[in-house]
Amino acid sequence: MRDVSELGDFGLSWLEGSGPHADVVLSTRVRLARNLQGHPFSPRMQDDERRRILDSVQTAARQGSLLRDGVSLDVSALVPLSRQVLLERHLVSRELVGEGGRETRAGAGLIIGPEELVGVMVNEEDHLRLQGLMSGLRLREAYAAVDVLDEELGRELPMAFHHEFGFLTSCPTNVGTGLRASILIHLPGLVLTKEIGRVLQGIGQVGLTFRGLYGEGSEVVGNFFQISNQTTLGKPEEDLIDHLHKIVQQVIQYETHARGVLMREAPAVIEDKIWRAYGLLRYARSISFQEVMNLLSGVRLGVSMKLLSGLSVYTLNKIMIYAQPAHLEQAAGRPLSEAESDVHRAAYVRRILGGEGELPDTSGDDGSEVE
Amino acid sequence: MLCENCGQNEAVIHVTQIVDHQLGTFHLCETCAAEKGFEPEQGSAGFPLTDFLAQMGQESPRPRTTAVTCEFCGHTLKDFKRTGRLGCSHCYVTFEEHLRSLFRRLHGGAQHVGKVYLPPDPSEAERHQQLSRLRRKLDVAVGKEDFERAAQIRDQIRQLEGTRN
Repeated sequence: MRDVSELGDFGLSWLEGSGPHADVVLSTRVRLARNLQGHPFSPRMQDDERRRILDSVQTAARQGSLLRDGVSLDVSALVPLSRQVLLERHLVSRELVGEGGRETRAGAGLIIGPEELVGVMVNEEDHLRLQGLMSGLRLREAYAAVDVLDEELGRELPMAFHHEFGFLTSCPTNVGTGLRASILIHLPGLVLTKEIGRVLQGIGQVGLTFRGLYGEGSEVVGNFFQISNQTTLGKPEEDLIDHLHKIVQQVIQYETHARGVLMREAPAVIEDKIWRAYGLLRYARSISFQEVMNLLSGVRLGVSMKLLSGLSVYTLNKIMIYAQPAHLEQAAGRPLSEAESDVHRAAYVRRILGGEGELPDTSGDDGSEVE
Repeated sequence: MLCENCGQNEAVIHVTQIVDHQLGTFHLCETCAAEKGFEPEQGSAGFPLTDFLAQMGQESPRPRTTAVTCEFCGHTLKDFKRTGRLGCSHCYVTFEEHLRSLFRRLHGGAQHVGKVYLPPDPSEAERHQQLSRLRRKLDVAVGKEDFERAAQIRDQIRQLEGTRN
């Protein structure tokens, strides 16, 4: 396969808007970094050795229960647009496919289980990056799922393990458990009340770290933050997971408190902000992705605070993914200039919001005129 | 700003903490901060790893090991300091002493206490070690009344016991 368009909504179960605190916590991800014994780490391997690693992982995946009936992709054989689509769906990392899906190495692979709760990236910085990905705040479940996958693959493939240092990884910041648990959380209340700086500083003090929407080195967009554990060695997996869970629950409490303050002190301003965001998304004719994300943040706040009814968290999550450049190009079936992309994006958002929400459609617009 | 503890010296360390669900910031002078066990951030990896690695050899006494090139993959200590990445799992043995002190500073410890890996053809000792670890995990899960997790661990134990000849 060279194109992922035929896979439809592939790999988007984590968007379904289910699970605890799904209006605030978009998703939970737990990944385990693993390497196979007797090979250099992926960046130092020759192309054919990397391809052999991918082969052996694909064979091992067919033996276990979790990946057997899933989708297995040779990412390096895909067209760049498809790689970018996978990147926009948070299924692969920039390290695996390069900026915009343009640079990838031979043997780069992705296998996702049939229920899309677990998967594995092959030949990223480490030979294997096992992932558990779920909607809402479900850290223990996501770890339990990826732990079973680890057992299954570890029975087939001999992993690099050191009695003192644990699982060995390309980067020393991942050694030991190889575990990075992260949650993607929406914190508009803390941003609007300007408390966010103190909370993020507090997160740093308790051994956690935060990043933007697309992980390492990415910017904060639409008030979304990724919070994850910083250290991987010296504590058991369960402790790392429980600690993150506890802190995330506190952050949710701060966010709830901040929203309460906003509604007490400036209810009219907040309500106006939310409805303006909805209005722009519902009627704009050309819009950038950055603007969509910022407006969606307002609308999500409105849905979460029950100020806007009739819209589901799933719809908002879906827009976040499908309004991105590669998804718009895939839908259009041709390359789009930035200006064209903005027009297609506005039409897509209008069409989706037109199908939901409580406003009567007064414009006579079905969003189809630019198709 | 003066130290909130002694009220005499200039506050140079600002600590934000979450205690009992409350977020608070304290401003302390160096002496009071040290007394309370807060140190300026040296060990946390809030800055690029390569900068951190560049300082590595300079502060600690020269490690006894003389090997600077990994015989398995040819990665050198210099490569590691430049890229922040190791070349293969054997590098962990080659650069062991350098790494141990690095891990203490990066992770606060150098001993893995998590999951123990059991290779495809485990020895009896490895299997035994894994079984006792899983039984401890089972106790913890039952204690937390996490029965779904307990059931998974019990299955792992049965499977492992079943593979014994």
